[in-house]
Amino acid sequence: MILSTLVFLPVLFALILALWPQKNMIRPMALVFSLIHFAVGLIVFQDFDTSTAQLQFVEKHMWIEKFGIQYFLAMDGISFWLVQLTTFLAPLIILASWNSISEKVRGFHICFFILQSAMLGSFLAFDAILFYVFWELSLIPMYFIVGIWGGSRRIYATLKFFIYTMAGSVLMLVAIIYMMYLTQQAFGQMSSNLLDFYKLSIPFIGSDFFSMQTLLFFAFALAFAIKVPLFPLHTWLPDAHVEAPTPGSVVLAGVMLKMGTFCYMRWVLPLFPEASEYWAWIFIMLGVIGIIYGALVAMVQPDIKKLVAYSSVSHMGYIIIGLFVMNHQGLQGGLYQMLNHGISTGALFILIGMIYERTHSREISQYGGLASVLPNFTIFFFIITLSSIAVPLTNGFVGEFLILLGVYKASPWAAGFAVTGVVLGAAYMLWMFKRVFYGEKGPLVADEKHPLIDLNVREFVILVPFVIMVFVMGIFPNHFLKYSEASIDYLVKNKSSYQLTIKGEQ
Amino acid sequence: MSQTALMSILLASPLIGFLINGFRRKHHSANVSGIIASVAVFISFVAAVLFWLELQGMAPESRSILVNYGSWMNVESLSINFGFLVDPLSSLMILIITGVGFLIHVFSIGYMHHDKNVAKYFAYLNFFIFNMLILVLGDSLVTLFVGWEGVGLASYLLIGFWFTDKEKASAGMKAFITNRIGDAAFLIGMFIFFVSFGTLNIQELNALAPTVAESTWLGVATLGTLFLFIGATGKSAQIPLYVWLPDAMAGPTPVSALIHAATMVTAGVYLIIRMNPVFLAAPNTMMVIAIIGVLTVVLAASIGITQNDIKKVLAYSTVSQLGYMFLACGVGAFTAAFFHLMTHAFFKALMFLGSGSVIHAMHEEQDIRKMGGLKKYLPWTHLTFMMGWLAILGTPGFSGFFSKDEILWMSWHSPLGHWSLWALGALGATMTAFYMTRLMALTFWGKSRVPKEIHPHESSPIMLFPLVVLAILSVVGGYVGIPHVIGAILPGHPENILAGWLGNIVKPIPGITEADAAMEWTLMGVSVGLATISAFIAYTLYVNKQEAVQSFTNKIKPVYELVYKKYLVDELYFGYIINPLVRLSENIWAYIDVRFIDRCTYWAGDLMKGGGSFVRSLQNGNLQSYAMYIGLGLVLTLTFVMMR
Repeated sequence: MILSTLVFLPVLFALILALWPQKNMIRPMALVFSLIHFAVGLIVFQDFDTSTAQLQFVEKHMWIEKFGIQYFLAMDGISFWLVQLTTFLAPLIILASWNSISEKVRGFHICFFILQSAMLGSFLAFDAILFYVFWELSLIPMYFIVGIWGGSRRIYATLKFFIYTMAGSVLMLVAIIYMMYLTQQAFGQMSSNLLDFYKLSIPFIGSDFFSMQTLLFFAFALAFAIKVPLFPLHTWLPDAHVEAPTPGSVVLAGVMLKMGTFCYMRWVLPLFPEASEYWAWIFIMLGVIGIIYGALVAMVQPDIKKLVAYSSVSHMGYIIIGLFVMNHQGLQGGLYQMLNHGISTGALFILIGMIYERTHSREISQYGGLASVLPNFTIFFFIITLSSIAVPLTNGFVGEFLILLGVYKASPWAAGFAVTGVVLGAAYMLWMFKRVFYGEKGPLVADEKHPLIDLNVREFVILVPFVIMVFVMGIFPNHFLKYSEASIDYLVKNKSSYQLTIKGEQ
Repeated sequence: MSQTALMSILLASPLIGFLINGFRRKHHSANVSGIIASVAVFISFVAAVLFWLELQGMAPESRSILVNYGSWMNVESLSINFGFLVDPLSSLMILIITGVGFLIHVFSIGYMHHDKNVAKYFAYLNFFIFNMLILVLGDSLVTLFVGWEGVGLASYLLIGFWFTDKEKASAGMKAFITNRIGDAAFLIGMFIFFVSFGTLNIQELNALAPTVAESTWLGVATLGTLFLFIGATGKSAQIPLYVWLPDAMAGPTPVSALIHAATMVTAGVYLIIRMNPVFLAAPNTMMVIAIIGVLTVVLAASIGITQNDIKKVLAYSTVSQLGYMFLACGVGAFTAAFFHLMTHAFFKALMFLGSGSVIHAMHEEQDIRKMGGLKKYLPWTHLTFMMGWLAILGTPGFSGFFSKDEILWMSWHSPLGHWSLWALGALGATMTAFYMTRLMALTFWGKSRVPKEIHPHESSPIMLFPLVVLAILSVVGGYVGIPHVIGAILPGHPENILAGWLGNIVKPIPGITEADAAMEWTLMGVSVGLATISAFIAYTLYVNKQEAVQSFTNKIKPVYELVYKKYLVDELYFGYIINPLVRLSENIWAYIDVRFIDRCTYWAGDLMKGGGSFVRSLQNGNLQSYAMYIGLGLVLTLTFVMMR
């Protein structure tokens, strides 16, 4: 029951919040709820077996008998840390929204908790229809979070976000239904169980673009590529980020983007092994282009939040190439980079939110000399910057190093191009850092009437966990890698006959 | 004491110093912060001495202590430990780092006395020492890389220490990004080795690489070492990535002495010496290293002649001297390279600190045209600086003489060498003598050109003490590596101690022949003679006949301007690489992202909207139309089925 608890606890929280009479208690209650949720998430640490790739904590019940649709939740090494990341970020996000969300506080927290449920559900679902429900469900609260609490162009941004992702989802739905039909043909009983999907052998002819596996592969891959977002499907992201309120940006960058990359590991690579291998070059190429393109465009952004948004495009490109080279280092690195990006970009958006609350501007050119006014803020920003540009002993390095090593093993040329991202990443981050924090005081910083005040206790409490994670993940990566080791080993070695089994079942 | 405990003390001491000063960074007392930091480094120095003694007690073949703190990253066949190796080479390096580092910390107490952020300064300085130790001791390329990037980070922070000045902040950024170019290549180099040899452990690579000795350009060892060498050109400021080092002088002067002269910038040289068996397996790489090294010697020395900022002269001098070390590596003379690394650490740290003393005395004035005659006011600084000057000139008996002579001789004699390498090296030595003498003359000798409002004064004892120690080392530091040919004529025939100590680390150059003593003496005489003449000319010109210099530079104005402006390399990089890249980025953002991709999605959106309204128009509620659609659909389906 632990996984159902994990997934539906937030819905319960949302209900309580909706019905609670006192308005001023909403924030503290939400914070306590999110901490409880995080604690519940920690329970799986005890019982999680790192030695196996099998599914654990399985909950399986028939839902719609006729179509073989099941309520099927399970966890394995691939989803383990992403679930932890989701619950880890929640209390920090609620704390970060403490001041920035001042209107419709109740509504915001309800949306947020439903979003948590949906995201966890899509990480844990092993039934295609169930997964699809969660996947789509996650869009709605996000739509409201950006659309109600967002910036001035929020309607434009939400529409763009919605249309982009819907376009991909529809294709995926068609593909899911078709695969259910295939199970009917193969096993005589329709099923949307992912384990049954894995058992299908879908015909693949490399030279024929219209062979079944290729079509299904692209239907899924496209939906996920939009979510990642993979170049050239990324243009919804900068707009969504800029318009989203701070907590929205953090969830979006921290967890929602990972739903895309995660699903490549859960769905695309094992379901369509031949097609993934045959068409890997497209994704590696787009990933590499994304790395360089994202970095270059980030470099010239006048808006600091947009800069970080484009840097996400660059970082997510790393993850994609890591996944598609299909070796241990690439996949482990890719998974690790998902967590890293959640930590470092999440923290960056929170930091940007903090400074925005003080100055109400994100124009880089309006800043300057911030380091002498807000020294503590600067230190935190700097440490997260280091994580973002992958300096060794921070989390970013482990991910980037493993990915690049894995990519080099498969394609030295791709690694050669991708490695330029190491330089460009340092360039856009440090250039931004210099313009914002160093030099003479800019107009916003020097404003006598509104002296800037350094971090308060609440802000310290938000940032310290991030910094701790940056170093813990940078110095002790094995403690994290070991949870996914068995699953990834299984994926690499059995990608063409991927048959996950349920722990304890023969 | 157990080796693990000793290693922990060695590494943790500066780290703890960093944390203490980091957390009390709002305190302003230079004495307290400085003493905390200096003691931290001194403890490391003692640990380094103990390690060295321990190695002394071992049999020469088995001199190696490995402390392994456990696994860092473990993914399938990739396994990286937090392993730290003390062997004859790294033990000397840590002695230099902590020893010279300690002196520079002490000097800083006096130099940074008036700075508000002095605790932060010392925190960064300790942070640097910590990372430098990791770099030197790391037993795999990845652990080494931790320190490699870490020292770059410390350097970034210290160059931009006075960050309210935009120029200084930019200099720090430039240093980091330029280094990152090298680091990216370093990563590729690591990947090449990992894929080919299945390990990144330096000892294992050293054992494995010679088995693939090759003469092609695309072999594993050649490509791998070439990429590592690109990494080294970044960190050690060689062509084409040297441009950050002169700008790095924006940092406080003791930082220039510690990081940008004595220790960090020698990391590239250290890397090559550390991996010398691998590099020896790749003769093509060796050739590239020697050529890049010697070209850097000449290029940087020529710029050094024209500069007027005392620190800039020393900076170009450092680039040039690092070139000698690479030249030595390139011809396979790794011991000589290390020897010069060591003597250079002494005399260049000395001269940088000396320049710090001068700048301090001159109230932050760095232009040597506004100095002159300082000998009178700064007797101790002058005297110690002069020891450094004599050493870098290669005056017989001083430390720089032995190491530079060894390099020049090997670049001629080694089978990997060539007479042209020697000739360019000797030319570099001649130019070195010129610009250093010019620096001495303009700063300390001749008539005073000090502006009236400045009253130079000698520095405090706490700053002079390190100068004196380094001056002594600059004089006698060479006696650990007396070349064989000189030892042969000296009473008691002293051995080359350094070569003996490094004997098990440094591979002999394949195919080297017995040295020809007469030839060696001749070449030595030629280079010393050239340097003497050059120094003499510079002395006469800059002490007495400055008008002559002026009229001469006017005559060759275009050439002079070009050199003075550093061959416009910075302008070239900016004009042809960086600015176009920024413009390109702006354009791809405006045209590809906003105008093209976004337009396409709008277009797709419109299409959908259009499709929607079309479908909507079909649902008009008219039964007859529906019947027609059904009929049409049936016909189409039937046609389709029959066509198949």
